[in-house]
Amino acid sequence: MSDRSNDMIPRTPLGGTEPRVDTHGPVTLTEVTNTAIASFASRLGQESTAQDVLAKFLGTPVPEAGRAVFGDALGAFWTGPDQWMVTAPHTSHEDLAAQLVPLANGSASITEQNDAWCRFDLLGDGLADVFERLCPFNIRACSGGEATRTSIDHLGCFVVVADPTHIMVMGPRSSAGSLHHALMTAIRSAH
Amino acid sequence: MSQTNRLNGGLINRDRPMSFKFDGKSFQGYEGDTLASALLANNVRLMGRSFKYHRPRGPLTAGSEEPNAIVELRSGARKEPNTRATTAELFDGLTATSQNRWPSLAFDAMAVNDRLSTFFAAGFYYKTFMWPAAFWEKVYEPIIRKAAGLGSLSLEPDPDSYDKGFLHCDLLVIGAGPTGLMAALTAARSGAEVILADEDFALGGRLNAETFSVGDQSASGWAASLVGELSAMPNVRVMPRTTVIGAFDHGIYGAVERVSDHLPVPADGKPRQILWRIYSKQAILAAGATERPIAFEQNDRPGIMLASALRSYVNRWAATPAKRVAVFTNNDDGHRTAADLHAQGVKIAAVIDTRADGPVSRDYEVLQGAQVSDTMGRLGLTFVKVQLADGSERTLECGALGVSGGWNPNVHLASHQRGRPTWQDDIAAFVPGDALPVGMSAAGAALGHFSTHGALQSGVDVATKALDVLGITSNRPTLPEAEDAPINVTPFWHVDGAKRAWLDQQNDVTAKDVKLAHQENFTSVEHLKRYTTLGMATDQGKTSNMGGLAIMAELAGKSIPQVGTTIFRPPYTPTAIGTLAGRSRDEDFRPVRKTPSHTWAEEQGAVFVEVGMWLRAQWFPKDGETHWRQSVDREVSQTRKSVGICDVTTLGKIDVQGADAATFLNKIYCNPFAKVPVGKVRYGLMLREDGIAMDDGTAARLAEDHFVVTTTTANAVGVYRHMEFVRQCLFPDLDVQLISTTEAWAQYSVAGPNARDLLQKVVDPEHDISNEAFPYMACGEISIGGVRGRLFRISFSGELAYEIAVPTRYGDALIRKLVAAGEEFDAVVYGTEALGVMRIEKGHAAGNELNGTTTALNLGMGRMVNKKKDSIGSTLSEREGLNTEDALKLVGFKPVDPSKSVPAGAHLMTKGDKVDAAHDQGYITSACYSPNLGHHIGIGFLKSGDTRLGEIVRLVSPLTEVDHDVEVVSAHFIDPEGDRLRV
Repeated sequence: MSDRSNDMIPRTPLGGTEPRVDTHGPVTLTEVTNTAIASFASRLGQESTAQDVLAKFLGTPVPEAGRAVFGDALGAFWTGPDQWMVTAPHTSHEDLAAQLVPLANGSASITEQNDAWCRFDLLGDGLADVFERLCPFNIRACSGGEATRTSIDHLGCFVVVADPTHIMVMGPRSSAGSLHHALMTAIRSAH
Repeated sequence: MSQTNRLNGGLINRDRPMSFKFDGKSFQGYEGDTLASALLANNVRLMGRSFKYHRPRGPLTAGSEEPNAIVELRSGARKEPNTRATTAELFDGLTATSQNRWPSLAFDAMAVNDRLSTFFAAGFYYKTFMWPAAFWEKVYEPIIRKAAGLGSLSLEPDPDSYDKGFLHCDLLVIGAGPTGLMAALTAARSGAEVILADEDFALGGRLNAETFSVGDQSASGWAASLVGELSAMPNVRVMPRTTVIGAFDHGIYGAVERVSDHLPVPADGKPRQILWRIYSKQAILAAGATERPIAFEQNDRPGIMLASALRSYVNRWAATPAKRVAVFTNNDDGHRTAADLHAQGVKIAAVIDTRADGPVSRDYEVLQGAQVSDTMGRLGLTFVKVQLADGSERTLECGALGVSGGWNPNVHLASHQRGRPTWQDDIAAFVPGDALPVGMSAAGAALGHFSTHGALQSGVDVATKALDVLGITSNRPTLPEAEDAPINVTPFWHVDGAKRAWLDQQNDVTAKDVKLAHQENFTSVEHLKRYTTLGMATDQGKTSNMGGLAIMAELAGKSIPQVGTTIFRPPYTPTAIGTLAGRSRDEDFRPVRKTPSHTWAEEQGAVFVEVGMWLRAQWFPKDGETHWRQSVDREVSQTRKSVGICDVTTLGKIDVQGADAATFLNKIYCNPFAKVPVGKVRYGLMLREDGIAMDDGTAARLAEDHFVVTTTTANAVGVYRHMEFVRQCLFPDLDVQLISTTEAWAQYSVAGPNARDLLQKVVDPEHDISNEAFPYMACGEISIGGVRGRLFRISFSGELAYEIAVPTRYGDALIRKLVAAGEEFDAVVYGTEALGVMRIEKGHAAGNELNGTTTALNLGMGRMVNKKKDSIGSTLSEREGLNTEDALKLVGFKPVDPSKSVPAGAHLMTKGDKVDAAHDQGYITSACYSPNLGHHIGIGFLKSGDTRLGEIVRLVSPLTEVDHDVEVVSAHFIDPEGDRLRV
């Protein structure tokens, strides 16, 4: 591949050149673009091999149903039986999916999802008050390490709880504007 | 005249006076007042006119069960009709208007209806407006609409916003009276997650309206201290102003929190109301009970109200409707009202007790065994006529009459899932039956325990049982001392012989109307409701249903439980449609999907169109172009002449991987896929199980075990869902994994004779995209400016064309790079209109042709349905009826007169045939003006169309006055051999 030319300037999901940051009350909403994502789905009959491959790559056991794990750089959350989303910094792992394919060696189907999702991180106190206006995921029962698929303003999203003061929302990238609007509206309503 | 009926005491804040207006007149009240209590304090009893007869009415109740005091609250866009003055919390600057009257509340011209009441008895609509039928829409309905009805809408958009939210708890306690408070305390101290919701702004229920003590505190003081304790506990969410409106499946409850209704306008960013969906493991219905009236002659005059309401106004709001009042009761609770009012200095004209053995008083007269036989006072009560036990009559002067016919437990939520309440003789009322919603128990007055002690005890007991189910050990609080008096009710529903004794004051239904319904054989309780309108409208008969049932039971010679109740349905109290809509309104009705080139397209002044939720550029107007056709014709012509670029990201992309990926696609598509070589794309047609065409697209084989399937924009979600269904349910033994990558890649079509030359400038130099190295239907990985990408040589326009994809974040950069590289070719960027024109010119089917009724055969792709393999829909596509000789076939049409159009939707007739459905030959599905051919063209389905090329048929559209001749031609207007694709 040729060197990166200087006219291939990436845009954020919200359309800017820099991630957007909004603060209202105790909550800061940040557009996060430095995330590479690969879906990792075990092949039929090779579930335990695939699980071992992923655990070795992550350096931790794979997350159980409804859970997420976070390492220094790598992370993963459960998305269905024997399937996960694997995350890493985009700057260092833009080719995350390509890295995983040879490791899996046919035990898992891996698909690049880097730009399929927009990601917004909510940081601060009172996040449960925000999320109870967004989705049925019971944030008050979360202590960190939970992940779920839910619907926010008609958008299918992943909600991943790092800890009660740091929650990540991943939604369809093309609707980043609508999702951002929904999040900001809930933050303003709650605080 | 300022608050002449205001008494001492009460739970109002006299340090916070508030001004408000009713019907344009200014008044003062206090914080803690409702609109009704403040008006009564100002000696205003007349608050509305009734629905049918426009009779003057005042508040019957002091709560959400109110049928009469219905007003339009606020003004302008925030005006809300049909709002109960009895629950409207007073705020400074509140304005309210009475409704259903003209020209004024005191003089209402439509009150003439009351004089004509003989004609307006139950069922009068059904009997009167039967004929002539044509009169209904033009004459009768407009008159009825004008005369009847409740408030009027502002017809302006609602300026407020509404949230929807989700709450979770171990125990939901519905109602914060003595029962609910005690139940919540029991559960909270035991460590359960508790939600305590009450519709009132002051929690405590009846405790706020009573003078007795609980423990060593006043009843209201005890309630306040308990609310204080509960509010401070982290495991309790205390929700005042929150009405639980419905009990739904699996312990889910709907609740409306009125966040800002007590404020002039909501705070910035805050909703007016929130519709909560509460997920509870257990729920306790502690909704209390509603007092019921007694029907007697002229029992609807302003000033006549429920005895408990009278007591609430005096005790809680320090407001009396009159200085001199009487009480009419069939139970001991009515006497409590008289005693409390007497203690507050209100003169008691007498207590009229239907029982001969009721209590007596030293402070005022009690007329035992007596009944109210009539009342007087045009716009407000002045006198009541009483028939004494000995048959003699007496007239009492009074401005208010408290009526108590006993209490009905509020069983509504217990019956929301069709569980029938059961009759309890000792209280002569229905209580929740056995079949409650899952996880719900009733307690306190809602279960028929009417004394305060009984309520407190019941709260603890029922909470303990609920905790037991949850596996939580109950930490039972000590019960405070409280009154434990029985109600001693003797059923008494109506005074005999009354001509106009109102049962349902909201709908003007009298005891006589029920008799008429019975006489005309509308004896089923549901028929009674529909025939008389008893129990309809905003109050849903909370004060009237029981009276109606009792009279029907009497007439039918049945018991009340034998007559039964109507079905209880959510919502418990009226709920604004805006609350149900939440944030999903106007531009937020649904999410917007933007393409990677959206920002660039906006910069070009593109005109956008919604496709599904996507905003796609429809065309890109240039300076001087005043009509869309100019832009579209230019985009089409320039693409065919040189090169055009189009954002095709919106087409669905589904990643299909696994050892059985090819086998899977062989099932999904009717044409074969097993042998598609790696690095090649194949067009595919998907059929539904019933053999009808579902969607078309391409599948690119990136590796032996890896395909990328494309779908049409509109069907992306449906196809993905279908594929998941096939994978999980039909062929779970295949090793195949699916994931959508629609959003992950920005994809552009580059089409036209100069497409390759343009692309060669854009892709990195190490990639050979010559015809030899990258032939038609090739696909592969590529890089653009060092960014990894994908290239597909596929064409929708019929030109030499490619689709090039990069990760979405580089989509904006790529469109700019393509446009810059295209300058030397005069490249255009084209929108969906030009895309549509070119595919019609090429004869490609799209959504208009894949319309859910057409088969592969109809589309001219019958031979694609491979018979050597089994694929979804292939067998049923062989059905006889789908394969008749005269089956519809997709063909092209051009007008015989080149100046004519070929409008889509027009139908085709054989020349000389009659124009009717029996002779219909087919229809046009897609049409456009072809700038390349210089006239309009169309494609569509014609019976045996493939054998009729050259025939002139008649194109008709009677509705749009189209009737001219078109020639049947091949659907492929441009390059029918496909030479351009392969150069």
